Amino acid sequence: MDLTLKIWRQASSKVKGQFVNYQVQNISAEASFLEMLDILNESLVAKGEEPVAFDHDCREGICGACSLYINGRPHGPDRGITTCQMHMRNFKHGETIIIEPWRAKPFPVIKDLMVDRSSFDEIIQAGGFVSVRTGGIPDANSIPIPRRNAELAMDAAACIGCGACVAACKNASAMLFVSAKVSQFALLPQGRIEAQERVQRMVAKMDELGFGNCTNTYACEAECPKEISVSNIARMNREFLSAKLISHKEF
Amino acid sequence: MGKSLTYSSITKKIIMSLAGLFLISFLLVHLGINLLILFDNTYESFNTAAHFMATNPLIQTFQWVLFIGFIIHIIYGIIVQLQNWSARPVRYMKKGYSELSFFSKFMIHTGVVVFIFLIIHFANFFIVAKFGHVDEVTYKSGTYENLGAVVVETFKIGWYVAFYVVALLLLGFHLEHGIQSAFQSLGINHWRYTPVIKRIGTLLSILITLGFIAIPLVIYFS
Repeated sequence: MDLTLKIWRQASSKVKGQFVNYQVQNISAEASFLEMLDILNESLVAKGEEPVAFDHDCREGICGACSLYINGRPHGPDRGITTCQMHMRNFKHGETIIIEPWRAKPFPVIKDLMVDRSSFDEIIQAGGFVSVRTGGIPDANSIPIPRRNAELAMDAAACIGCGACVAACKNASAMLFVSAKVSQFALLPQGRIEAQERVQRMVAKMDELGFGNCTNTYACEAECPKEISVSNIARMNREFLSAKLISHKEF
Repeated sequence: MGKSLTYSSITKKIIMSLAGLFLISFLLVHLGINLLILFDNTYESFNTAAHFMATNPLIQTFQWVLFIGFIIHIIYGIIVQLQNWSARPVRYMKKGYSELSFFSKFMIHTGVVVFIFLIIHFANFFIVAKFGHVDEVTYKSGTYENLGAVVVETFKIGWYVAFYVVALLLLGFHLEHGIQSAFQSLGINHWRYTPVIKRIGTLLSILITLGFIAIPLVIYFS
């Protein structure tokens, strides 16, 4: 199929960007979206032009590196899938595809379609971990965990931190990401120990970085490639409220 | 005030949802009293109820709590919205596609119209009732200000009825998202109860909207 691509080009975070139109021909419906961009880049390199910069790593839908806001949707038209796993069969011959970077104040554009998502790392550093001091590996089954909690914790832990929730949210809110990270620990006994401190620190960091507030529009859940549930946001709200009411320390 | 501006995003949302849910109690009481006007040609029951609301010390105290509830809900609504807009300084070229919760995207817009309506409504009825001159009417039970007549007179004005209906419809949209959203903000999301909360929220917003709208329409067209 032949396509027109309208791609955001921006040489660096310091200069202004603009949309540039490109034509690609003979794209197979079986090609992935990133392979289509590879083909475009090869042709640009052959012409001596600067290739389009975009994030990608595993191309297996698990690393969270790829992004791209395609035709008004993070990770493009398919549901529950990352850009790298999305194939060109989702598009029609002759279609114009608009490709933009994630747009949020805490996600500044580095170059073209690449954004700096280190603000997510900062949120994790604020409390998205379990402190382990010393000791050997505990025996299996020494800490009983209800099956339902194990399942919910695993569902929350499926978050790959790609930032699609922020990109999809009309408020550029990071609540789905942060709530998934809070939930995966809050649901398990190992995570309960630091739960009150964790939720307060992570939410404070999220606010400090300039993410928007949650208005329960649920675009995040609809666009999340790992289909993280907004029930995690409610869980984080509960965790936060109880931490603020009960915790001895404020963070 | 300084500290309240620096509350975390979740604290602000919790305060907003509590204030919002509290305001629904006001809407229900207000609607109940308003509906009396339709079932009594002499407006006796309406005027008696209005008199009770205006003189009962408990209600008068509660009025201030209600007023504070409005102010908190509105101020936080504006703060949250400003932060949300500033969180995305560069907009997308292609408008965001999201299939869920349509009315949630327009909370600030419906909220602003309802707020403007509130001011006009306040000037038309509340100020008149409190400080203006209202004719008195005598029933067997006593003499009251004939507020019922003021309401009916106002609802004979075409543009006011139109504005009232539009504002109340938008309030309905505001409630349709707001009620269930408040529970989510408070951390209540349950496989069994959330669908029930959503249904009750929709039902309440429809009932409140239709109830309020029915009054000017019935008066105007009768």
